[in-house]
Amino acid sequence: MGRKPEDRYGFETRMIHAGSQPEPVTGARQTPIYQTTAYAFHDADHAASLFNLQTFGFIYSRLTNPTVAVLEERIASLEGARGATCCASGHAAQVLAFFVFMEPGDEFIASDKLYGGSITQFGKTFKKFDWRVHFVDMDEPEAVRRALTPKTKAIFAESLANPGGVVSDIEALAAIAREAGIPLIIDNTLATPYLCQPIDWGADIIIHSTTKFLSGNGTSMGGAVIDSGLFDWGQNDKFGGLTQPEPAYHGLTFYETFGDMAFTTHAHAVGLRDLGPAMAPQNAFYTLLGIETLSLRMDRHCQNAEIVARFLDDHEAVAWVSFAGLPSSPYHALAKKYLSGPGSVFSFGIKGGFEAGVRLVESCELFSHLANLGDARSLILHPASTTHRQLTEEQRIAAGAGPEVIRLSIGLETADDLLADLDQALARSQSPETPAAR
Amino acid sequence: MNTLPSYSNAQILEILHSVKTIAMVGASATWNRPSYFAMKYLREKGYRVIPVNKPRAGGEILGERVYAALADIPEPFDMVDIFRSSEDALPIVEEAIPLIADKGIRVIWMQLGVINFEAARAAEAAGLTVVMDRCPKIEFGRLHSELSWGGFNSRVISARRRRVSL
Repeated sequence: MGRKPEDRYGFETRMIHAGSQPEPVTGARQTPIYQTTAYAFHDADHAASLFNLQTFGFIYSRLTNPTVAVLEERIASLEGARGATCCASGHAAQVLAFFVFMEPGDEFIASDKLYGGSITQFGKTFKKFDWRVHFVDMDEPEAVRRALTPKTKAIFAESLANPGGVVSDIEALAAIAREAGIPLIIDNTLATPYLCQPIDWGADIIIHSTTKFLSGNGTSMGGAVIDSGLFDWGQNDKFGGLTQPEPAYHGLTFYETFGDMAFTTHAHAVGLRDLGPAMAPQNAFYTLLGIETLSLRMDRHCQNAEIVARFLDDHEAVAWVSFAGLPSSPYHALAKKYLSGPGSVFSFGIKGGFEAGVRLVESCELFSHLANLGDARSLILHPASTTHRQLTEEQRIAAGAGPEVIRLSIGLETADDLLADLDQALARSQSPETPAAR
Repeated sequence: MNTLPSYSNAQILEILHSVKTIAMVGASATWNRPSYFAMKYLREKGYRVIPVNKPRAGGEILGERVYAALADIPEPFDMVDIFRSSEDALPIVEEAIPLIADKGIRVIWMQLGVINFEAARAAEAAGLTVVMDRCPKIEFGRLHSELSWGGFNSRVISARRRRVSL
C-alpha cells in the first residue's frame, strides 16, 4: 500500500490505532461502548454553542456518539480522507451522501452494474425525493460524459462491483467528474480501503457498507460516507446545500464556516439529525474489532478466492467465471491498476441456467445460502432469485445477475474444504433427479 | 519557491499551551460568522480573546471591548490571529512589529485560507513565530481529541493516556 506523505503510520497501524487513544478519564484501552442517548451540558451557554455548531461535542446519539466517532475517524484515516459519517447501513449511507447536495429535480449518473439493491434504491425510491438517476455502462467512460446534463450533480460507481467482478476505471471517471465540476462517489465496500484507495485516483466521496468486510463477521449492520475534503463545493452554483445559507441552521453557510469539514459536518448536523439513520454504538464497536484484522483477513479472502475461481474456471459444470483476478477477465488490467488484490466476491455462470442455479445453492453444505457478503464464512447466492429479483430481466443481465449467475463471497475456511463442497454441489446441480441432501 | 510550511503537532501544541491572550483581527459580532465561532470556542478553552475590528470599535463582542487597531489595545497580548483576507495580512504584520516589545507579541497566526508569504517572512525576520493557513480552533480541537468527536481524521495516533486535569 502506498503511504501518503502526511500519514506517519502505515495502514495496519492505523487499522488498530486510528481514532482510539486510551480513554483519558479511566485509561480504558479498548474503545468503550458509549451506550447513551444524550450528553450533559455544562451550562446553557455550552448547550447553545453545541446547538449552533460553534464547539465540538456531543448532544444526542442520533447525531454523534463517541464510539461511533472512533469508527468514523478510523475509516476516514484508512481511506486517507478528511472525515466520515457512519450510519445504520450502506443504504442509509447512500441517502445521506446524496442528501448533502441534491435538490428535487437534480440528477446523477450511476453505473448500470451496481449492486441490485442500489439500483432499486436509486431508480425507484430516490424518485420519491425527485432525485433522478441515469444508469450508464461505465465500461466506456465516454458514455458518462455523454449522459451529463446541467442538472447532473454527481457520478456514482463501485470500485469493485457486486456481484460481477467488474472493476471501474476510477481515474477516467474522476477526470470526467472534475471537468464537469461535480464529485465522483465511489462505493468501496467490496474492495475495502486495504485493496483500493479511491481518493488517490481522484474520487471525492467514498461509500461503505461496513456490514461487509470491515465488520467481517456478519454481525453488525452499518454504513459510512467518507469525504476526501478535496472537492471545491464553491467552484460553481450547483451545490447550494453547502454554499448557500442553510435554513435548518438559522442561515449558517456550511462551506464558508467549515471549509473542508463542511460535507461531514452537514451529513451529521443536518443529514443524521433530520433523516435519523444513526449507527448503534454496539455495532460501531463490533466493526472496530473487525477492522483491527482487516489486512490479514483480506489477504486470506483474496488467496482463497483465487483458488476457488481457478477451480471453477476448470470445472465442466461451469460456463464462465467473472473474477477480476483471472487473467482471462476483461477487468484484469483495471484490477491490476486499482486493486492490490482481486477481492473475494465474484460470480460465475452455471450450466443449466436458473434451475441448476437454485439446485446448486440448495445443495451446499459449507457455503451458507444467504444475502450478505464479506463474512468470515463462505456465502453463496443466486441473485436472479434473491437480491436482484426486483429488477427487470434486462437490468439483471446488465448488472451481471442473469438467470445462470451464482454469486460467491469466499470466506476464510480451509480452501480444500470449499472446493470439495462446491464440487459435490455442482454435481448435484447438473442432475435434476438427485434430490438435494437434507 | 513559496511552499506552505508544515507544522509538527509539538510545535502547534507549544504555541497553544503558552499563549494566553489573543488579539483577533477581523473578529465579527455576527453569531454565524467563522471568526465568531473561533472566538467563542477559544474563550471556552480559557483564552482571552480581544477583538480588533475598525467599524465595530468601541462596541463589544462576547463581552470584550472591540478596538480599531492593535496599537489601541491597552494591555499585553501574546498572539495576533489574522481573520482577514490574505492581502490584508502584510499591513497587519507591519502594524504588529513595532508593538512586539510593548505588547509582548510572540506569535502571528494566519487563519485557514490566509496565505501571505511576504507577511510571514516579515514577521519571522522580526523574531515572531508564524503559523499560516491554519485555524487555532481546529488545531486545538484536533490535538485534544475534540475534532475526532465529529468524525474527522485528526491524524493523531497515540497509545499514551492523555492527562486530564480536574
